[in-house]
Amino acid sequence: MPFRIIVLAKQVPDTRNVGKDAMKADGTVNRAALPAIFNPEDLHALELALRVKDQVKDAEIVIVSMGPGRAAEIIREAMYRGADSGVLVTDRKFAGSDTLATSYAISLAVKKLAPFHLVIAGRQAIDGDTAQVGPQTAEKLGIPQVTYAEELVSVDNKQITIKRRLERGIEVVKSPLPVAITVHSSAPVCRPRNAKLVMKFKHARTVTELQEETKDYTELRHDRPYLNIEEWSVDDIQAETDKLGLSGSPTKVKKIENVVLQRKESKVLTADEKDMDLLMQELIATHVIG
Amino acid sequence: MNNVFVYCEITEEGHVAEVSQELLSKGRKLANDLGIGLEAVAIGTKLDGIEKEILPYGANVVHVADDKRLFPFTTLPHAAILVKLFEEQKPEIALFGATSIGRDLAPRVASALRCGLTADCTSLEIGDHTEAKAGKTYKNLLYQIRPAFGGNIIATIINPDTRPQMATVREGVMKKELWPAASNPVVNKIDVANYVSDEHFVVKIIERHIEAQKINIKNAQVIVAGGYGVGSKENFNLLYDLADVLGAQVGASRAAVDAGYVEHERQIGQTGITVRPKLYIACGISGAVQHRAGMDQASMIISINTDPQAPINQIADYTIIGQVHEVIPRMIKYYRQNSK
Repeated sequence: MPFRIIVLAKQVPDTRNVGKDAMKADGTVNRAALPAIFNPEDLHALELALRVKDQVKDAEIVIVSMGPGRAAEIIREAMYRGADSGVLVTDRKFAGSDTLATSYAISLAVKKLAPFHLVIAGRQAIDGDTAQVGPQTAEKLGIPQVTYAEELVSVDNKQITIKRRLERGIEVVKSPLPVAITVHSSAPVCRPRNAKLVMKFKHARTVTELQEETKDYTELRHDRPYLNIEEWSVDDIQAETDKLGLSGSPTKVKKIENVVLQRKESKVLTADEKDMDLLMQELIATHVIG
Repeated sequence: MNNVFVYCEITEEGHVAEVSQELLSKGRKLANDLGIGLEAVAIGTKLDGIEKEILPYGANVVHVADDKRLFPFTTLPHAAILVKLFEEQKPEIALFGATSIGRDLAPRVASALRCGLTADCTSLEIGDHTEAKAGKTYKNLLYQIRPAFGGNIIATIINPDTRPQMATVREGVMKKELWPAASNPVVNKIDVANYVSDEHFVVKIIERHIEAQKINIKNAQVIVAGGYGVGSKENFNLLYDLADVLGAQVGASRAAVDAGYVEHERQIGQTGITVRPKLYIACGISGAVQHRAGMDQASMIISINTDPQAPINQIADYTIIGQVHEVIPRMIKYYRQNSK
């Protein structure tokens, strides 16, 4: 039985480049309007998985991502860096899921990949910063969780020892397997793409992506089954639809407001010595400083 | 109606964490708005008398789970106690600090109870909600308010149908306030053996190094804060110089922390610390809403920025258009010559 490591990864809108049409009227994110990237901490998670794979015999890494069709891009990216296979969990019925509904769907996909030894994810995604899906998935799987992992200390077939990064220090913990781990941004950065792996996986596609290809890859894929990126729908993971999407999400967005600044009567000064002296004089005179 | 619950984090020194006392103070207000009680949960070891650090902030009931295996914090036993306790007590609202512990624990609990949880709220209020499609009105929901998505928007999140309504809040966001003591406060000792079993202790802590808090910017009267516009770690030395002269603390925006200019403990904003100083000098900070959420209650704000259009200028009392490395030395020079 291989030592199976499942890495949860999310394709996220690059929140550093947010445009006007980034939000839809219902308060959910309009992903189509934004550049999409590999969630940064999920790359740290992949690196941790690769380090485990380096140390354990017969280890394999399966990337699981939930999202729209184009999220297959990050599964390929993970393959170029050392992941062995991938599953894209995708269905319109997932749209609008909050962290609880998301973790429900992800946990079902992970269960379908059982038996597994480790589930590793980034601590949080930059589009929400909630850090909730990791612990919630662990709970739904009924396995322990180790959050904020910074370093792999040791691992074997039965247990793993992890150094965690906390607000004011570190903690080293040992957990039996299987366990869910979330990885902190202070963990080692992910190794770059490997040229041989890029060659090997560059034609990896989901079924949906294949339909858009002009060339026929049927034969190639028959010889190289690792080029199939699995695509799982709600039915494939046998999810109850009332636990998904907006209806399966206990949190609702009541309203979204654009930020209106309460404008103050701002005095504008130059950096001149004269202006600076007057300002400092006033601050001292009014006892704001000094 | 059921009560508001606050999970009280226990510090290394065995005290109730400040963020928990802040949440108790806020929880009391919410409970008053709803006409219900406030209950606290403290889980740890050697907790005799811990209620003395909880009751002054408005709690009516303190649940105490005291067992030597419950400190230091590990997720599974703390989650097991809360899940069972919440199933028994059915809280209306449950609040957690958005700390290493709270952000690990609250989602685990929310998942087990299948209820909604909102992270890093910057404001909590009580209000109604009408579901237009169903024509259904919900009274007295918890509005969980937080900046979202790159910070251009403020989202109000509600949990109409599930209880408890759960939220995490960063340290410093809520104000610590003393309340008149409850007339008949109750301390409920939890029988730990009924709530946890051996299987909850499979994760073992084998080493810990927790440092005392070195940097305390939360209570500083004057803060000199730098953003990405400061440009480098070396340029931040100017901010330390000014802070030294003024007896101030140095803070930073997330962009400056991410760029490696300063340590994370100095981060001010939604995912950092919230401050309310007399004077806030923002150097090279553009002023994204997440940052402003952590400092807009400063009594006076001075912005030093090369960009006249920087959003922070709109909430500043004084805007100095110029380079940080020109302005700060002039401020230092005048202050040295003219202060007593």
